[in-house]
Amino acid sequence: MAVKNIMIVGVGGQGTLLTSRILGGLTIAGGYDVKLSEVHGMAQRGGSVVTFVRYGDKVAEPIVEEGQADVIIAFERLEALRYAHYLKKDGVLIVNDWRIDPMPVVIGAAQYPENILENLEKDHKVYKVNATEESKKLGNPRVFNLIVLGIAAQHMDFTKEQWYEVIEKTVPPKTVEINKKAFDVGYSIAQ
Amino acid sequence: MAEKVIMLGNEAIARGAYEAGVKVSSAYPGTPSTEISEYLVQYRDDVYEEWAPNEKVAAEVAVGASLAGARAMACMKHVGLNVAADPLYSVSYMGVNGGLVIVVADDPGLYSSQNEQDTRMVARAAQVPVIEPSDSAEAKDFFKTAFELSEQFDRPFIFRTTTRLSHSQGLVELCDRVEPEDKPYEKNVTKNVMMPGNAKIRHIEIEKRNLELAEAANTLPINVVEMNDTEIGVITSGIPYQYVKEALPEASVLKLGMVNPLPRKLIEDFASKVHTLYIVEELDPVIEEQVRSWGIKAIGKEIFTVQGEYSANMLREAVLKQELNLEEPAKAPGRPPILCPGCPHRSVFHVLNKLKLHAAGDIGCYTLGAVAPLSVIDTTMCMGSSISTLHGMEKAKGKDYIKNWVAVIGDSTFMHTGVNSLMNMVYNNATGTVIIMDNSTTGMTGQQDHTSTGKTLQGDPAYAINIQALCRAIGVKNVYEVNAFDLPLLEKTIKAENEKDEVSVIITKSPCVLLDKQKKPLYIAHADKCKKCGMCMKPGCPAMTENPDGTIYIDDTMCTGCGLCKDLCKFDAIELVKEGEELWQ
Repeated sequence: MAVKNIMIVGVGGQGTLLTSRILGGLTIAGGYDVKLSEVHGMAQRGGSVVTFVRYGDKVAEPIVEEGQADVIIAFERLEALRYAHYLKKDGVLIVNDWRIDPMPVVIGAAQYPENILENLEKDHKVYKVNATEESKKLGNPRVFNLIVLGIAAQHMDFTKEQWYEVIEKTVPPKTVEINKKAFDVGYSIAQ
Repeated sequence: MAEKVIMLGNEAIARGAYEAGVKVSSAYPGTPSTEISEYLVQYRDDVYEEWAPNEKVAAEVAVGASLAGARAMACMKHVGLNVAADPLYSVSYMGVNGGLVIVVADDPGLYSSQNEQDTRMVARAAQVPVIEPSDSAEAKDFFKTAFELSEQFDRPFIFRTTTRLSHSQGLVELCDRVEPEDKPYEKNVTKNVMMPGNAKIRHIEIEKRNLELAEAANTLPINVVEMNDTEIGVITSGIPYQYVKEALPEASVLKLGMVNPLPRKLIEDFASKVHTLYIVEELDPVIEEQVRSWGIKAIGKEIFTVQGEYSANMLREAVLKQELNLEEPAKAPGRPPILCPGCPHRSVFHVLNKLKLHAAGDIGCYTLGAVAPLSVIDTTMCMGSSISTLHGMEKAKGKDYIKNWVAVIGDSTFMHTGVNSLMNMVYNNATGTVIIMDNSTTGMTGQQDHTSTGKTLQGDPAYAINIQALCRAIGVKNVYEVNAFDLPLLEKTIKAENEKDEVSVIITKSPCVLLDKQKKPLYIAHADKCKKCGMCMKPGCPAMTENPDGTIYIDDTMCTGCGLCKDLCKFDAIELVKEGEELWQ
């Protein structure tokens, strides 16, 4: 299989590392060669963070190049905007419809762009969901990323059972059920 | 077939250490090297691992273990090697008994560092051989090779990784641990006591050993020639090799697993077989300058940058002159890193900002106090430098000049090298005020224990060195401990101590918010009571947003309940909603 390029973008602290562990476990369960690249350290302190996931028959570089992403999973609107140019022409953008103001906006040195998703929809295939609100309904806003992953699952190459299995292996045991529920929410939205 | 697992580069290095039969590892945390030590803990039955107070100590511990005959290692980031430079340059003369490898992680692109130095340059200066892997599988396997070569050639080795390698995951095949016999210890003064007469002889010896190693490098299996189309030939190593394979799949490649010393014959032979030779290496032209000095024509830094990371697209444009027609990045406001919601540093910086003080800063999360709206930090250079920088200012301009200055340093950084600078202040009759922001952890690198937290890397209880008592023992008379969130007391103490013509240390205490897993209260803002004065927004808490009407919204998914905003609100518009339990389980 030709190499598939996935990106997860968000704000440091939103759980991108957990998500990348899930995707890593998933791709290896699928029998692919895989490389993932993460951000640790200073950028994790509320900065813009990006994780690259590449899987296929043989993967060389661990990063996704501009213009080559098949799927971008964005945990926040502004971060979707920042990385949208990484998408392939027919790439898919899945966005948590949620706003976190960066410090330049908080202190009034910059404006949070208006109508981000509407503008992105003009050039790209966009799936949006307010996963943070949806996950609060489930009782824990921190599982929002599984809702977004549930949507992304429709654009990747793994069965629902494979997703379940890796979620069970990766998330803390106490939170397996709620994380699977969150995944289901996203998975059914996408259908 | 051996079991294949997915591993972070740093995890693979730890696995390599286990499989190589390493007995002792010492390290100080530093992005991107930190996780190596953390992943080693799972092998604690076979490998002893520890956090040392700094990299110099870590390197010396590893040297000691090697002298005693065991395979030993130390781990650090690139700037950590500067701290360990003293032992590095001299153990290079001594050589090893048990294999000795120092893992050094460079940070091209400056993801989490104060400079972009290239460890290969330091290694060349110290005449220490360097091995560099290009993915997780090699990180594990080459690490074992490093120990074999270290013992075979009696040289300490540097194992160089970069952020992209350390923090990328790839597939690794697991092997069993080898248990090499410890080398017998033999007292050997001419080899191990570096006084001038001995060092002179050792210098001759290591020049000879390095020549032997350079000769052997021509046939080492970790230096690989991949002959392909001969129009383009590339010499590369490490992560850039992957970009070369991605962008130039037709090219012939000489991939170096050992980047110091270089295999001259192998390179000359490869260069003679290709039409145009490129040298693709991130950061400094270390390979390029040597290759050119041998009279070989090669293209390198005239088309490739010495800054940041490379990519396949960069090579497509620079080498193949491809027009990529990429979409322009959207104009989006930047999102620089910030102090976490609930971070105790924010409270201290708020007070310093209010008092209009300058701060000589240090290395840690609190470096982020340099940016708006806190804007308190004036300088940041290297570990431990805040205290000595402030001292230098006083000696240049007099004690009155620093009445509106303080030094700020974290607990782990203070124990790393800050304590030396405080000794200097006391000894040389300084009058400055030092704030030790004690959050009971090494924060920026991801909450590691250190000499004053009471726990070892392996999780065992340990004596927690008392920072207050340490400062008093050094001779500081004015030592105060203040809760980092006690705004009135903080303000009063800082003002009073800055007035004194004596050294003062104020320890501001509150655990790192990422460390404190206790259930937390949560705050909400009442729009009806809000006078839109903006006081609560001053410290720049990321959980707080101004509504279009000027009132405040507190994001309940981000608030950790530190209460700083509530303490700043004069109109009781911010209220505790849940005490003693998390709203979100």
